[in-house]
Amino acid sequence: MSNFFEKSDLSRKEAESIISDTLQKCDDGELYLENSKSESILLDDNKIKNSSYNSDLGFGFRAISDEVVAYSHSNEISKNSLKQSSENLKSTLKSVKGTYNHEIAKSNKKYYDNINPIEQKSLNEKIKILNDVNDYLRSKGDKVKQVTANFLGEQKSVEIIRSGGETLSDVRPLVRFNVSVMVEKDGRKETGVYGVGGRQSYDSYLKDENWKSVCDEALRIASVNLESKPAPAGEMKVVLGPGWPAILIHEAVGHGLEGDFNRKKTSAFHNLMGQKVASEGVTIIDDGTIDNRRGSLTIDDEGTPTEKTVLIENGILKNFMQDRLNARLMKARSTGSGRRENYRHIVLPRMRNTMMLSGKQTQEEMIKAVDKGIFAVSFGGGQVDITSGKFVFNCTEAYEIVNGKIGSPIKGATLIGDGPSILKEVSMVGNDMMMDPGIGTCGKAGQGVPVGVAQPSILINKMTVGGTKL
Amino acid sequence: MVKDQEFLETKASYCLGLAKKLGATDSSVIVKNSISETVNFRNKKLDESNRSDDLGISITTYIGKKKSSISSSNLLNDNLNILIEKCIETTKNTPEDEFNSLPDRDLFAKEVKDLNLYDVTHIENNQKIDYLKKLEAAASNDKKIVNTESSFTQNKSNFVLANSEGFCDGYKTSSFTASSVTVAKDEKSMERDYEYSSKCFLKDLDDADELGKLAANQTIRKLSPKKIGSEKIAIIFDKRIAKGVLSTFANAISSSAISRGTSFLKDKVNQKIFSDKINVFDKPDMLKGLGSRNFDSEGVKTDTLKLVDHGILKHYLIDTYNGKKLNLKSNGRCGGTSNLYFENGNISFKDLLNSNSKSLYITETIGHGSNIVTGDYSVGATGFLIENGEFKYPINEITIAGNFKDMFQNITLANDLEFKYATNSPTMLIEGMVVAGK
Repeated sequence: MSNFFEKSDLSRKEAESIISDTLQKCDDGELYLENSKSESILLDDNKIKNSSYNSDLGFGFRAISDEVVAYSHSNEISKNSLKQSSENLKSTLKSVKGTYNHEIAKSNKKYYDNINPIEQKSLNEKIKILNDVNDYLRSKGDKVKQVTANFLGEQKSVEIIRSGGETLSDVRPLVRFNVSVMVEKDGRKETGVYGVGGRQSYDSYLKDENWKSVCDEALRIASVNLESKPAPAGEMKVVLGPGWPAILIHEAVGHGLEGDFNRKKTSAFHNLMGQKVASEGVTIIDDGTIDNRRGSLTIDDEGTPTEKTVLIENGILKNFMQDRLNARLMKARSTGSGRRENYRHIVLPRMRNTMMLSGKQTQEEMIKAVDKGIFAVSFGGGQVDITSGKFVFNCTEAYEIVNGKIGSPIKGATLIGDGPSILKEVSMVGNDMMMDPGIGTCGKAGQGVPVGVAQPSILINKMTVGGTKL
Repeated sequence: MVKDQEFLETKASYCLGLAKKLGATDSSVIVKNSISETVNFRNKKLDESNRSDDLGISITTYIGKKKSSISSSNLLNDNLNILIEKCIETTKNTPEDEFNSLPDRDLFAKEVKDLNLYDVTHIENNQKIDYLKKLEAAASNDKKIVNTESSFTQNKSNFVLANSEGFCDGYKTSSFTASSVTVAKDEKSMERDYEYSSKCFLKDLDDADELGKLAANQTIRKLSPKKIGSEKIAIIFDKRIAKGVLSTFANAISSSAISRGTSFLKDKVNQKIFSDKINVFDKPDMLKGLGSRNFDSEGVKTDTLKLVDHGILKHYLIDTYNGKKLNLKSNGRCGGTSNLYFENGNISFKDLLNSNSKSLYITETIGHGSNIVTGDYSVGATGFLIENGEFKYPINEITIAGNFKDMFQNITLANDLEFKYATNSPTMLIEGMVVAGK
């Protein structure tokens, strides 16, 4: 764990007294300290293109009075700098008359080990694997024209000091290994991308030459796309495969169930609590407590232990995801969903691992039930307009379905739907729930945080497919 | 106050000196300081204030043809010593790459012109609050507006770029940005839209009242949208969407995409990729330009480039590394374009709306649907149906799709270019795209 005051002219005691003084009569707030170390090693075009290391240190000081948030951050952990921040907060919150809420849940549970993944594997070993990846993929035939592979590793130490000196801390490892391959046949080029990761050492994902299966999957997707035909355009039935396609859930309903948008009544879901928002059999949870998953957290960035939050239970809207601010203003409790990209940013309610739980049907039954539609297996990214509820995501591997049978692969197309109504169009829920491989990053208000998703195969009665073939 | 040149230069030369002492044959360093102060309003009340003071350094060291880099926000010499040592160690262990090097000496920028990028004016939070009060009052005037969120940010930055070839320069920049996001509601729907203004100089910023009104009007007109059927139809991109077509073009002609062979515009220099009338410029020396710069992120001088001349691609965007790989000289585009724009077309906005009896006017797209390897394009979209030059009704939950190779050949531009962003386009008509709806 980092000792944030070791090389500073500011002692912990002095910091605590500035914090308590600043937050007097505020409703909430804290000093958030962060020390992160990260690395990136990239192989591209047959060469190690980049090896870089970043070390980032700073604090963010937050004071909240009623609905107003004052925030100030700096890279310098010093007496002068913290005092300046304190002055800045006080100048925003001129007349405060609240009572500081000291209450914060406690837990001894931990969902990952205190390791530094960067130091656990030498640079030479990492470079060797990247070169092996390149050789392995390029040995698969002339059609392989470009290979990119990279390691991203991080260790982030955070400490939260609240008014009165209460201190909460966490050390978070995170790694990701990615492979992208471009293939060419008869002048046509296509790419395939695959990756794995989470809050463990690199070796947990790469041992026993498991990196080969990552390469194989990227190459398989690229090769499928070489044979793809133009995608159809218009409304039709869509079968989604298990795992990563759950970014549909993330975009379509996840964001709309975050506390801030509902407090502000700008989410299409804000007046639907307790109502039926999905077909029977659809249960969606947001879970920060799964061991070593990319979206898991021992405590959130306000110090609240994370939990498994039921969002939709058997079709009925049960809970929003809350940070402390929105929970207080909505008379709810924090669900441990307060997150920030780093000390430069304010806390927002965010998703962790968002999952639709398994039902009873099989994927075969779903395919059979479709006369004309598409089967979407893998996606690039997605996006949502919270207010109108419209969301999109881009297929990176999809097939047409004709008369209950899977047909030719189709080109990458955007699917668009309506968040509040899409889950009512789910007519079958599969028995094959799967987690994604650990690659998701969610963006909101300019902040990226690592997240996970999971779902079984599902059949959606009606979605608009954005192809070019009328 | 943002750190001055002397402070940044001292840090930079300390790093260059230490890197050399520890065995680097070459090195480069960027030291930056950026101070932002933001005030946010929501529903006519103060919602948030945010002050950020960011200091950062990034160092690249070379040992012969080996290269590695580090970055940090902790500029204490103790920490820099540890990091530079680590960087040298990593460099030694990184394989050689024959194309790694600093830029050729004769390409460095020699004179740094004052491009009028820094406004000394400091706007206090209470002045920001006054502006936002006015803005939000205008934005929430109509009772269909149920939520307003507005923001005012002042940013002051300074940087120094230095390298072991003796290049050492930098300058201050400032920006003042106001934005307003409004939500409107009627019985059938809830919609969101925005307006925004960003300028180097405070006095150039859009009037608060106008900005608020625009945001509100753009939102209200989206209420009660319809979905249309799937068909081939002429698409008109609003300026804020049209500039995205230009950004995709810029990505596709970046020397890294070209040298890796992952662009649909590879080997297209001197070929006709746009319709005849299209000219594209990248002009770094615009006074007060939001993308203006004196040199690129390697210190290479940047001249104005006519990237597309009457439809013909003339240049890639070249940095040192990829230039060497492609056997081309850097044209000072490490880090991308500066002020990139389509030259005005020769018909008015009104005539553009009238050029088809029926077309779709797109004001927002969502999703990451641009593939620069294949040129395929497919995104979710929101907009309006245009019939005989008139806005008929709002449209949503549709997608538009095509391929940039065809789209580029079918572009017609209006004559309403303005410099609102760093990348700008007039309103754009593209024929022959496919809309998927019902």
